[in-house]
Amino acid sequence: MESQLRVIEQSFTIRYSTWVHEALDEMPDSFTITDPFISGHPIVYASRGFLEMSGYSRDEVIGKNGRVFQGPDTSRRSVMEIREAIREERNLQISIVNYRKDGTPFWMLFHLCPVFSKEDGRVMNFVGVQVPILKKPRRSGSEFARNAVSLCEDGSGFLETVFGSCRRELCSDSVVELSRILALESVLGVDDAELVDEPCKATDIEQRKATTAMNNILSVLTHYSELTGRLVCRKRCFSGMGPLGASLNISLGRIKQSFVLTDPHLPGMPIVYASDAFLKLTGYTRQEVLGQNCRFLSGPNTDCSVQYQIKESIRTEQGCTVCILNYRKDTSSFWNFLHISPVRNASGKIAYYVGVQIESSCTNEDKQKLRPDIRQLSVVGAIKVAVRSSSMGASTSKS
Amino acid sequence: MLTIKRVPTVLSNYQEDVCNNDQSVGCGRNCLGNCCLPVSKLHLYEFKKNEDVSVENSTVMFCAEGSPLSFLSNLLMGMWEERMRRGLFRYDVTICETKVIPGKYGFIAQLNEGRHLKKRPTEFRVDQVLQPFDESKFNFTKVGQEEVLFRFEPGNSDKSHFFPCLPVDVDTSSPNVVTINVSPIEYGHVLLIPHVLDRLPQRIDHESFFLALHLAKEVADPFFRIGFNSLGAFATINHLHFQAYYLAVHFPIEKAPTQMLMTGKGLHDRRVMVLQLLNYPVRGLVFEGGNSARDLSDAVANSCICLQNHNIAFNVLISDCGKRIYLFPQCYAEKQAVGQVSQELLDTQVNPAVWEISGHMVLKRRKDYEEASEESAWRLLAEVSVSEHRFQEVKALISESAGLQDGLEGNGMDREEDIHKPLANQVPSCFHKDCLVLR
Repeated sequence: MESQLRVIEQSFTIRYSTWVHEALDEMPDSFTITDPFISGHPIVYASRGFLEMSGYSRDEVIGKNGRVFQGPDTSRRSVMEIREAIREERNLQISIVNYRKDGTPFWMLFHLCPVFSKEDGRVMNFVGVQVPILKKPRRSGSEFARNAVSLCEDGSGFLETVFGSCRRELCSDSVVELSRILALESVLGVDDAELVDEPCKATDIEQRKATTAMNNILSVLTHYSELTGRLVCRKRCFSGMGPLGASLNISLGRIKQSFVLTDPHLPGMPIVYASDAFLKLTGYTRQEVLGQNCRFLSGPNTDCSVQYQIKESIRTEQGCTVCILNYRKDTSSFWNFLHISPVRNASGKIAYYVGVQIESSCTNEDKQKLRPDIRQLSVVGAIKVAVRSSSMGASTSKS
Repeated sequence: MLTIKRVPTVLSNYQEDVCNNDQSVGCGRNCLGNCCLPVSKLHLYEFKKNEDVSVENSTVMFCAEGSPLSFLSNLLMGMWEERMRRGLFRYDVTICETKVIPGKYGFIAQLNEGRHLKKRPTEFRVDQVLQPFDESKFNFTKVGQEEVLFRFEPGNSDKSHFFPCLPVDVDTSSPNVVTINVSPIEYGHVLLIPHVLDRLPQRIDHESFFLALHLAKEVADPFFRIGFNSLGAFATINHLHFQAYYLAVHFPIEKAPTQMLMTGKGLHDRRVMVLQLLNYPVRGLVFEGGNSARDLSDAVANSCICLQNHNIAFNVLISDCGKRIYLFPQCYAEKQAVGQVSQELLDTQVNPAVWEISGHMVLKRRKDYEEASEESAWRLLAEVSVSEHRFQEVKALISESAGLQDGLEGNGMDREEDIHKPLANQVPSCFHKDCLVLR
C-alpha cells in the first residue's frame, strides 16, 4: 500500500509541482482530486474542508476510490450518473447521499469536472467539489412529507416530479391528492430516516458555491501546471485524442495481471498500455516501455523461431500462445508463457493486440486454483469488453 | 391459439468437453440429461452465504468502476474466451459493428446479420405465460457439456469456493449450470439454468430468482446484467433460464428517471422500494433496497409470480450487481399475433425482449443499423409497452404482492406456483397497510 501512496504523491507533484499542495490547502472548500490513470481511479488529493466534512484523516482518504463514501441510501441511479460522466469525460452536478466516517448519511451537491492535458487532450484528473445541502426546517414527523412540503412551495417542480410529465389539467386534483398522502403519512407514522429517490435539490446559493469553488481549484491547477510544463486546461483544447481515454484506462486498471496493449496501426507497433503487474514483472517503468515495440524484452538466448511465430500470427490476424525467453531490465531472464490476441473495437475491426504474460517458473498460483491459461484468457476477455465498449459512443474519446 | 412464425431457437453444437468425461457412459453425447450428467465432472463455483446486513452493505462498495475484477468474473470470461478459441460459437460477436446512438438516452444498436440464420418456428403459444414443460421440444438437457462453463451452487460458508472438474453429485440436488449462448448478443453471453434436471418451465420462482440475483452479486460487475423473458415476452425456449452478458456502457433504461411508488416493510427502516420509470417509452417498475438481498429478491419474485398468475407477459432486468431490478409488463407478442403492429416495425424483425426494452437493439439489416435513431428506437419500444390503464392494474396487483415481506408470506407462495391456477383478474380492494401507492 505504501508504494501506491508514493506513486500517487509523485504523480500529483510531477504534474503540478510540490507547491500545489500549499495552494490547495489554503482553500476552505471541500473537494477531492482523482487520477484515472492510476489503477483503481483513486483520490490523489483531499482538501481540509473535505476531511472536516467527512471526518476522515488524510491517510484514510488518499488512495481510495470515491465509492467508499457511498452507502445503502445512496441512490443507485446517482452512482450511475457519476460513472457515466467519468466515462464521457464531462462535467456533472448532482445531488447525492454520502456517508461520514461515523456512518451518518448526508445530502450533498457533487460537482464533477475533468481536467485535460493541453498536450494531447487526455483527462489527467477529475476534480470533485462537495457542497453539503442544508436541511429545511421540519413541519411534520415524516421526512417524505418534509420534502413534499418544502418542495411544494416551489409548486410546479414538485408536481412534475411526482406526477410525471406535465398534466396541467390534473393540478387541482393533485394538490388534494397531496394533502391526502400527507395525512396518510402521519397516520402511518413513517420514520424520518427514509430518504426518497427524488434527489434533495440544491439551492441556487449552494450551486453557485460549488461552481465558484471549482473555478478556483481549476485556476490553481492550471497555474501550477505551467510551472512543470505539463499544461492542463478545463476544456479539451486538443482535437486529436491521446491513445487511450480515461474510461478505457479505468477499465484496464481493474485487471491485475501482467499484460500490454500494442497498436498495430502505428509504425513499429508500439506499446500503448502496460499494466502495473507487467512493470513489476519486467522491472521497467511505464515511461520506459510506452512507445516501444515488445521486442525489447527479447535477448541473446531468445529463440528466433518463436519471435517469427509471433510475427506471423499478427500478420495473419490470429492469436497465438508461445513460451519465449524474455529478459528483465536487470538483464535476468525468465520464461514467459505468452498469449497474444487481436482485440477489436466497436467498429468490428482490430484496434489493438494484447499480450498477456505469465512467468512460467512462477509457482505462486492463484489462491483459488484458476488454471494459468484460463487466467490469461480472462485478461483477453476483460480487455475485449473494455475496448469494444469504450469505443462505442459518439461522445467518448477514441480508444 | 396465437402463434408467431419467425422466432429463432438456439441449437447446440456437439464437441469434446474440457473435463475429459468418458464418452462411453451415458448416451454417448455427453449431454445434460439424466443419462450423462450424473456420471460427469464439471467445474463448480460455490457462492458464499451472506445473511449478515453489514456484509451486504460492504458489497455496495465493491461494485463500481475501478474495483478489481471478481474471481467469478475472471472465471466466466476466461472460460468463455476458451470456448471461443475452440470454435464453439457460431460467429465472433466482436466483429459485429455496434454503436451508441446519439441522443438523450444513448440507445445501443448492433448490426448482427449472422445471429438468426437458422430459424425455427416458436414451439409454443405466445398468449399463455404459464405453459407446462414439454420434453419433446428443445430444452437444455439436450445441450452438450462442452457448452457448460461451470455449476453455480450455494455454499455453506462465508467465503466462495471454486472446485475444478468435480464429479456431479445429483443426489443432493439437481445442479444449476451456466452455459454459453452459441449465438451471443455480446461478449460473455451466458445462460443460467437452475436445476437443469428438474426441467422447470420458463417461469419465475423464489429460489431460482434468488440464484440469478446471486450470480449478479458474485460477478460484481455493474456491466454484467442478467435478464429474463417470460413466455409471451419473447422467451424462445420453455425451460427455465436467465441470460447474461457484458456490455460496459450504461443501458438507456438505467438512465431513465424514476419516481417513488411504494415501499414494503423492512427491518431497521431498510425497506424494499418500488419505483416507477418516467420518461421512458416502456412503462415499468424498479425494485431497490431491502434489508437483505433475499428481501429484494422475494419482492421481485412475488411480483413476477403475480403477473404470471394473471397471464401478463413480462421481462426482468437485474442490473447494478443485483441492486436494481427492472420489471416490464408487455404485450408485443400478442399485438403481433393479432396484426396490430405496423409492417415497418415487423420488417426490422426485432423481437423486443429484455435487452431491447433496456435499450440494446440487435438489428439484422444494415439499413436499419445505419438509420437507427433515438426516435426509431422510441417508436418501437412504445409499441411494446402496456397501456396506461393496464399498467395501473399491474401496479395494483404488485402493491399487494410486494407488500408481503414481514413473514406473512408462508404457505401462500407455494400455492401460487401451481401450474393450473385459474386466470382470474383480481384487483385487490384494499392495500397492505405498509404500502403507500401514488396513483
